[in-house]
Amino acid sequence: MAAKFRAPGFYRATWLMVGAVGFSALLTWLVRLTTGHTTFSHYLDANAILTVSLLAVPLAFLVGIGGFDYWFYWASGRPTRPEDHSGHGAYTWRDYFRINTDHKVIGIQYTVNSFIFLLIGGLLAMLMRAQLAQPGSHFVSASTYNSLFSVHATLLIFLFIIPVFAGLGNFVIPIMIGAPDMAFPRLNALSFWLLPVAGVIMLASFLAPGGAFADGWTAYAPLSVDMPIGQTFFCVGVQFAGASSIMTALNFLVTIITMRAPGMSFFRMPLLVWANFATSLLVVIATPFIAASQFFVLLDRALGFNFFNAAKGGDVLMYQHVFWFYSHPAVYIMMLPGFGIISEIIAVKSRKPIFGYRMMAFSLLAIVGLGFTVWAHHMFTSGMAAWIRIPMAITTAIIAVPTGIKIFSWLATLWRGVLRLDTPMLFALGFLTTFTLGGISGVMLAMIPFDIDVSSSYFIVAHIHYVLFGGSLMTIFAGVYYWFPKMTGRMYDERLGKWHFWSTFIFMNLTFGPMHILGLQGMPRRVATYAAKFADLNLFISLASFALGLSTLIFLYNMVNSWRGGPKAVSNPWRGMTLEWMVSSPPPIFNFDRVPTVVGGPYEYGVPGAVHGILEPPTPATVGAAAGTPQVPSQ
Amino acid sequence: MSRRRSLTVAGIAAVIAVALGIWISFEIHWFPVQASTQAHNTDRLYHVLVIATIPIFVLVVGVILYCVWQFRMKPGEELKDGPPIHGNTRLEVFWTALPTVLLLSMVGYSFVVLAENEKKPAHEIQVGVTGQQFYWSFQYPPSVTGGAAIDSYQLYLPDNETVQFNMRSRDVIHAFWIPAFRLQEDVVPGITTHYRATPDRLGDYPAVCNLLCGVGHSLMRTTVHVVTPAQFRAWIAKQLSTGTSSTASSTGGGTTG
Repeated sequence: MAAKFRAPGFYRATWLMVGAVGFSALLTWLVRLTTGHTTFSHYLDANAILTVSLLAVPLAFLVGIGGFDYWFYWASGRPTRPEDHSGHGAYTWRDYFRINTDHKVIGIQYTVNSFIFLLIGGLLAMLMRAQLAQPGSHFVSASTYNSLFSVHATLLIFLFIIPVFAGLGNFVIPIMIGAPDMAFPRLNALSFWLLPVAGVIMLASFLAPGGAFADGWTAYAPLSVDMPIGQTFFCVGVQFAGASSIMTALNFLVTIITMRAPGMSFFRMPLLVWANFATSLLVVIATPFIAASQFFVLLDRALGFNFFNAAKGGDVLMYQHVFWFYSHPAVYIMMLPGFGIISEIIAVKSRKPIFGYRMMAFSLLAIVGLGFTVWAHHMFTSGMAAWIRIPMAITTAIIAVPTGIKIFSWLATLWRGVLRLDTPMLFALGFLTTFTLGGISGVMLAMIPFDIDVSSSYFIVAHIHYVLFGGSLMTIFAGVYYWFPKMTGRMYDERLGKWHFWSTFIFMNLTFGPMHILGLQGMPRRVATYAAKFADLNLFISLASFALGLSTLIFLYNMVNSWRGGPKAVSNPWRGMTLEWMVSSPPPIFNFDRVPTVVGGPYEYGVPGAVHGILEPPTPATVGAAAGTPQVPSQ
Repeated sequence: MSRRRSLTVAGIAAVIAVALGIWISFEIHWFPVQASTQAHNTDRLYHVLVIATIPIFVLVVGVILYCVWQFRMKPGEELKDGPPIHGNTRLEVFWTALPTVLLLSMVGYSFVVLAENEKKPAHEIQVGVTGQQFYWSFQYPPSVTGGAAIDSYQLYLPDNETVQFNMRSRDVIHAFWIPAFRLQEDVVPGITTHYRATPDRLGDYPAVCNLLCGVGHSLMRTTVHVVTPAQFRAWIAKQLSTGTSSTASSTGGGTTG
């Protein structure tokens, strides 16, 4: 029994978490004692204990389940266990609830965990639309409504879109580049386990006195400094989600740079690999800024640092600059991996090479660079110095150029292809139309006088949902269907997949399309009630959104049912060329029995006799044939 | 149908779709009434943007639909691949250069509209706006009233006269948005923010807080009354006589800044 409590797992995590609460209480009590706060009520200051606990308890959980075991052994001089990958693979469902260093298990953990948060975030949206179905409704209180949209956005951004792309990438990318695993498997496991921690913190804020955080996912100071304790959950939860992002991005960068199969030069990498390479650059550079912004707020709240207290010399606009310096690149963090997915699907399903492969790769890098020069377009009406608007409007218009290159290249790839209109392809084509609309409204918002009118209105809500739902989520659905056979070894139900696409596409447009009009008409966003003249459109949107919510059930049923009992998948159901289709479905435990060698481009469809890779170890002949510089894997 | 014939059909359909889209954007007035000169300019910009972007959207959707119509896999083509076209440098240069020129022209025109909207006129009146959880108040300085300063919960503006709003917050950030004027700016604690509006239509228009400011945010609304200069002077005189100005010095200052 004692061994059970010492071994890594949920038992050890439980008692360590209880210990962490005790430690937090003790620490708070000691600090208050030594600083002269000796009244009895202060010994039991729940908010202070809660704030410290929010940092200590998640760390205790991660230590408990074994996230740091190797490093602790190493630091204390005990013999470390070299990673022999004996824990690879998952044999029962229980294996998904343990620290596991297999990138394929982690990929599935990431993806399933993210979809759970999609369902929760979607349910919160249903509650919001119920409240907004008619003006003056009392379905929920105004403060609860503010919490609903804040947690909705936070979960879907930090716990769904960003990690689900990391999950799909985790599963697919090592196989695509011919590697047996990610470069840092233990770090990979830790970066997954930070996510449920962050998600539970965000959701637990509903239980906090005063309710969940309620000032949007943007959490503008000074409002966020004045909020009840629920806001601290946001400040801390973002740290864990952000740390997870940074770790995964570092892992992707090192994996992609050092672990490509022989012959896999940069310009032979599939575009999904390029996309995750570009995204990871954005993540490692930008994410520390949101961590900083939330530490500022946390210090203001907990210790009175007055960073954002104007009366004490604080600078209110500084919060927005630091926040958007992350959160604008974050839009591309949430979009570039989707571009990668779409490139894979459109090439395979049109049976043609990607049109302008190199420009596709360069445009990703151009977006990375330009993505850091546009942040203040979120602040055209913020009261910042007026001149900043001018360069930011120009860069914002220019960043549409590389995005346009990608869209035109996809269209040219379709041209004269042999189009297979199955579920992944339908989602890819649906993505092209809805994302183009989101891009167009984005270009319109770069025009300062127009932005001065509709900034912060429902037009913005429409724009962001066309980009993140019509853009990111469509690519996520496309990618999940496309790699479902590889990940699970089963085929999904094609008929249900098409039903899911059409219901999602139609009701998505009916839900978010009319929001453009509400914005133009003058309806502000983030309101629990609205003027009577907006009632008809809002009722329409609410009804459409409920249908959109129901359409997700088709997806859920298809996934669960097909995973349990779908027909067995062959290794290459789509006749794809990239390396993940050369191994069995699901792939063997170490991905490749023999090191593959890459001998050509990833999308040579229609070229007679062309192959991307061969499952042979490199010989002088094959390596010599490889253009560019062949890379030898480092392990 | 031959390729040439089907392309002609698609081209005609695209032209009709563009024309229809632009017609709808002009025919249906989504916006509230235009009640300021800035609103006319901004709406003109909106229409220019719509005219410039509808053809791009129709092009993208048109190519997708055309490909689905013409290049969809037919029975017996299960193992067929498309032609191995890897790219076309001239086409790629074209679709990099043309959008660049188009986007820079659009943003250039938006700067013209911006300069026009923010131009300082020969004569303007100053009105203070104070945001506070969860209501607005308005300060008329002696230069406007001709007497004592006035602090009021009502906003009256004379028609055809440019007003500069000087906005302060007592607590958190708010935003003062008048959709009928197509104008807004955040109201930020610690600094005074400004914008200029020139009302040119008599009537009552909503003004709303457009930045989440807490639990009462959705009800932080008020009304802008645009009245004739004579009515405006009468309203000022009434305010002066009822003595609301006594509170002006204490509340008109707002927070430090």
